[in-house]
Amino acid sequence: MTSAPETAERAQAPSYLAEDFTLWSWLGTHDHKRIAVLYMLSITLFFFIGGLAAALIRLELATPQGDLVTAETYNKLFTAHGVIMVWLFLIPSIPAVLGNFLMPMMIGARDLAFPRLNLASWYVYLAGGALTLGALLAGGVDTGWTFYTPFSSMFSNSNVVLALLGILVLGFSSILTGLNFIVTVHTMRAPGMTWFRLPLFVWANYATAIILVLATPVLAMTLVLVGIERVFQVGIFDPALGGDPLLFQHLFWFYSHPAVYIMVLPAMGVVSEIIPCFARRPVFGYRFMAYAILGIAVIGFLVWGHHMFVSGQSVYAGMVFSLLSFLVAIPSAVKVFNWTATLYKGSITFSAPMLYALGFVGLFTIGGLTGLFLAALALDVHLSDTYFVVAHFHYIMVGGSVMAYLGAIHFWWPKMTGRMYPESWGRAAAAIIFFGFNLTFFPQFLLGYQGMPRRYHSYPSEFQVLHLLSSAGAVVLALGYLLPLAYFGWSLLYGRRGGDNPWRATGLEWQTASPPPTDNFAQAPVVTQEPYAYRQ
Amino acid sequence: MMPAFHLLPPSASSAASRLDLLALGVLLLTGIVALGVLVLVVRFCTRYRAGSGADRAHPPLTSRMAEIAWTAIPLLLFVGVYVWGAVDYARLYSPLAGAMPVFIVAKQWMWKAEHQNGRREIGELHLARGKPVRLVMASQDVIHSFFVPAFRIKQDLVPGRYTSIWFTPTVDGEYRLFCAEFCGTGHAVMGGRVVVMAPADFGRWLQEGPTQPGMAARGFELFRRYGCSGCHAAGSTVHAPELSGLIGRRVHLRDGRELTADEAYVRDSILLPDKDLVAGYAAIMPSFAGQIGEEELLAIIEYIKESSHDERTGNR
Repeated sequence: MTSAPETAERAQAPSYLAEDFTLWSWLGTHDHKRIAVLYMLSITLFFFIGGLAAALIRLELATPQGDLVTAETYNKLFTAHGVIMVWLFLIPSIPAVLGNFLMPMMIGARDLAFPRLNLASWYVYLAGGALTLGALLAGGVDTGWTFYTPFSSMFSNSNVVLALLGILVLGFSSILTGLNFIVTVHTMRAPGMTWFRLPLFVWANYATAIILVLATPVLAMTLVLVGIERVFQVGIFDPALGGDPLLFQHLFWFYSHPAVYIMVLPAMGVVSEIIPCFARRPVFGYRFMAYAILGIAVIGFLVWGHHMFVSGQSVYAGMVFSLLSFLVAIPSAVKVFNWTATLYKGSITFSAPMLYALGFVGLFTIGGLTGLFLAALALDVHLSDTYFVVAHFHYIMVGGSVMAYLGAIHFWWPKMTGRMYPESWGRAAAAIIFFGFNLTFFPQFLLGYQGMPRRYHSYPSEFQVLHLLSSAGAVVLALGYLLPLAYFGWSLLYGRRGGDNPWRATGLEWQTASPPPTDNFAQAPVVTQEPYAYRQ
Repeated sequence: MMPAFHLLPPSASSAASRLDLLALGVLLLTGIVALGVLVLVVRFCTRYRAGSGADRAHPPLTSRMAEIAWTAIPLLLFVGVYVWGAVDYARLYSPLAGAMPVFIVAKQWMWKAEHQNGRREIGELHLARGKPVRLVMASQDVIHSFFVPAFRIKQDLVPGRYTSIWFTPTVDGEYRLFCAEFCGTGHAVMGGRVVVMAPADFGRWLQEGPTQPGMAARGFELFRRYGCSGCHAAGSTVHAPELSGLIGRRVHLRDGRELTADEAYVRDSILLPDKDLVAGYAAIMPSFAGQIGEEELLAIIEYIKESSHDERTGNR
């Protein structure tokens, strides 16, 4: 695929990990790979904090009575879970860790376009994370991650302003990363790396970066307006002051619906890398896959009103948003069909990354199809704000994005560290997570149809059977998530050396050493082939 | 003791059976797609596992026909489901003429209901079987959501505006009422009970309880107390629009717009008089924002509505 760098030269350049060992060489680094590792450590920390909140939520819901925590504490727990998982884990997860680490290598570049800005993004992320976590720990926030007004602006007695400030700062980190990615893909592609030779992972992160840059400023403005109303009593969203609460919902979902695609597009990119590699054949319908990514990114901006079918918005607006929501499902369906077709006449092996990718396809399909129930207007009247919605978006964000994130970490772990993870443990964890996930969230579809509302810390006893199943699933899921933490840690010290390209994968990132040298390639690569040139 | 487990919630309104049918339709459609994908993935994964002897000659790389097919076929099916869902949705929001209005006011963390004859209840809502009912709902503080799973009905109550939804209860019994929009500490306990009764029983129930004036009568009293009658009464010397027969009438506004007067319009006109100024009148009405509570507003509106029935033959 490329002109291979000479062995002698490669031996001379130390890997990015061995370049320097001081603390400052990490905290002051401009290397996209080291910054990716910094991101990985921080989002892992936040993932387990958010997961702890989820564990307490599921523990409370094992019985109908509110007996473990008070209503007040429960409300703060689900707010903490939502805020941390959305803004501190899911949004940065695949782009900031794997996008950062891989994208420059995948397009044959030495780094991102603005390495210092990249490091600044991480520090901004840390500052936002500290503020947000501070708000959650110093008394907590009880508004839910959606901050609906006028409750958040005028009624809540919790640390709303500090949390808003934290999320505002986090938004800047997103915007800076997005900007960096866009410029990098436009200007730093290696000779021969045309747009339709880009790996789908790069396409996905590019589309995500555009959404980050276009949608996040709207979130920032919305949060500032809530803060202004709360602090200065200026009527914006509270009707008692002359404001309009639905205005908040329009602004919030104008960001937060595209944010769903920020979370899931990169996951689709990951799966599009893994499936061809383990099926040993090119991805089916490459161009259509790229178009589907762009289609999702564009239509995703036009469906925000489907969160508001029972909010009192006009019936005609509801009809338009419903139709557009059905349309946005089409490119997602096209992607699922293309991944399936990629398996046809392949030569398939089932290493851990492939198990995660197949798990993603299954869970994302269920998550996407249950979205059609919610897009169908009359059905949403019944299902909106019930556990059906909770189950639906967890299938997309956890069953989809987290599965893909874990698949990606397993797939590129040898590239990042030079070592292999223990394969049988990897497969066991994938199976445990898949089982635990379904046991946790499938019962919630039934709960929702039965009418169990969201955000209840106590509930009528007829819902207990399904809640108990869900809580039992959460125990299995928690175990599944702790396993990789343990064996990846073990692998850093004792893992078998994997060589430069243990998966015999074709991407440019596999044409250099594992772990790669600081400058990525000994010689600038030249691309002469289509992507996914797999042979059986 | 655990109560008996039921897969579906009870079904007790005109909307419920239609919605269950739609759910079944979507379930079949999505189930077939999900099953199809599952069968293909499992089949490919076994047939084309590494080392199997399956024929792998000429693997297809791309196929315009396949892409068009699996774009167009789901599109057609989805548009069908869309139309189905939209028709039923529009139905929920186009009340049957003559549906009995019941007024719901929510606040942290309780439900208050008032019937036309003035009977009020808290945390409960009594309805007559087979009698179409239209809920006119307001919130005094934050957003709440009126949710009765057995009716498959949900509607947010938004402070600052009226929302409304209608249905016909079909089966006698007691059903759970939930608040479905997170509203603060007591959200989970902001529940209640909806009681559907035989029409005769409901008629008796309506007459029981402490005798108090009907909503319209209370509204008439408030209409005078707040001084509305000083300008809006028929013989007033102030140039203000006459209100009898207002609800449901087309109104021409000064800025050229035209709208149909409904409860929300009257509410806005009382609280924000300059928002929708009627053509031919000066902006002299003061705002009553902050002075009249939600329940009083509903009573005044009910009085204006009633007065349209009384004076239908009168001079407009």
